[in-house]
Amino acid sequence: MSEKPLIKSRRTFITGLTSAGGLLLAGCSRTLPPTYGNVLRMGDLLTYKAHRLLLPARSLAKEYTHSEISSILAIGTTDPADPHQPAFNATNGATYDRLRSGGFSDWRLSIEGRVARPGRYSLADLKRFPARTQITKHTCEEGWSAIAEWTGVPLRRVLEAAGILPSARFVNFYPFDDAPDGIDMLDALHPQTILAYGMNGRDLPVPHGAPVRVRVETQLGYKSVKYLQRIVVADEFDDLGKFGNLQNGWSWYAGI
Amino acid sequence: MVEGLMTRTPADPDTNPVAATAAGHAGAGQPGSRELRHTGHTRWVRICHWIMAASALTLAVSGFVILMAHPRLYWGAVGNDLTPALLELPVSRNYHHGGWDPSIPFFADARSAVSAVRTYDILNENSWARSLHFLAAWFLVVTATVYILSGILTGHARRDLVPRARELTPRLFWHDLVGHLRLQMQPTTGGPPYGLLQKCSYFGVVFVALPLAIFTGLTMSPAIAAAYPVLRAVFGETQSARTIHFFVFAVVVLFIAVHVLMVFMTGFRRQFRAMTFGN
Repeated sequence: MSEKPLIKSRRTFITGLTSAGGLLLAGCSRTLPPTYGNVLRMGDLLTYKAHRLLLPARSLAKEYTHSEISSILAIGTTDPADPHQPAFNATNGATYDRLRSGGFSDWRLSIEGRVARPGRYSLADLKRFPARTQITKHTCEEGWSAIAEWTGVPLRRVLEAAGILPSARFVNFYPFDDAPDGIDMLDALHPQTILAYGMNGRDLPVPHGAPVRVRVETQLGYKSVKYLQRIVVADEFDDLGKFGNLQNGWSWYAGI
Repeated sequence: MVEGLMTRTPADPDTNPVAATAAGHAGAGQPGSRELRHTGHTRWVRICHWIMAASALTLAVSGFVILMAHPRLYWGAVGNDLTPALLELPVSRNYHHGGWDPSIPFFADARSAVSAVRTYDILNENSWARSLHFLAAWFLVVTATVYILSGILTGHARRDLVPRARELTPRLFWHDLVGHLRLQMQPTTGGPPYGLLQKCSYFGVVFVALPLAIFTGLTMSPAIAAAYPVLRAVFGETQSARTIHFFVFAVVVLFIAVHVLMVFMTGFRRQFRAMTFGN
């Protein structure tokens, strides 16, 4: 007689534990890209987890010599102020047009989200950080590749200046066109992940992302977001809504 | 993918001494041992065969869709629409497309690298095609690893797939080739022992093409190539690896076509049953 209520209460206890665990898991699950129940996204997730588990962190992408610099196409958005381009955003496009006519002297890069000291950085501010120049290969997801020299400030320096909070896991890039994207903290802190303002010894040209683009050398080209406007540090994974890669059917992780 | 085919050389020792030699080698020289081994494909071989077959077909289709986005092949680290191609494949509207703004040189010299804005809206289905390609690749890599390790550990590879040194003579090759061309095929028994060309093609696909496809595929990954530079050293830079990857795909597709053809020619129902349910 007395056993039944005991089991019942034990069950209640276990149920309680399970749901608490479920809540914890739900919290944890936002530290990975969601799959939306899509089998292709599950495969992408497996690849991402396998890379993070099996590959040594911080391996450097090969750097080339100056004579190996090659011709390179500019694709995707090549002018954020052009209303005919697919990822055009009217408000940001107008702002971009104004900033470009002023030689980007009024451009500011906003660093926000999970940082101790959010701030806005001018091009001159970024150039005051120690610069890194790297001649690397751009691997386009379409199948082609090209080698160029990129000059900029390691993202790590800027994030450390802003004070990354210990809970931060992702860094999201919001550009002037509607093509935001993000990377995890491992890639964000990678020594070759830079905010590039120079290309092949000159200012970064508009078709390649002026005034500043990110270079993520350990992933496919589309992760190197052009025309940066805001960088948002986040604790949890953000699919960046309808303009993000995931909701458009693309893999978020492109280390392939 | 590797075992369903059964074209042995005519094996009557009285009328065909060449075949007798080949059959003798295949049966390790023991009369009757061949009969004992006619137990068909073991269960793990059958499971691996069909998983690898499904993966290989998925990889072939999705890989072709990926190729359609950029149907040009190169050698070395660099290759794009502004650099010369090794080979251009007429497989999508992206083949020989026009559509660039005038190119702008980066440097002062006449042979400077240039940049150009693409104005042509290319066909690109890589969003699902690449994810599907990698999903199938996971199945293939895991299954091929199980298959190759089991094949080596159980002796299946050494016994049935690796051609004997004594078999590898021009005379026996010629004999097996002529036999195939004359369509002298015996009805299947549904499993090993295999003929010389058969062994060579299975061995080539399992131990050469499959590993080559996997490793050239890994070499194209920016993250993996950064982590393991040895891949670049062995399989070449991104574009070389991509070109090798394409030709391996072509060889595997050719193999699958001939393999399926031979299955039909030697008795489809029996072969299919043997590879699916066992004998």
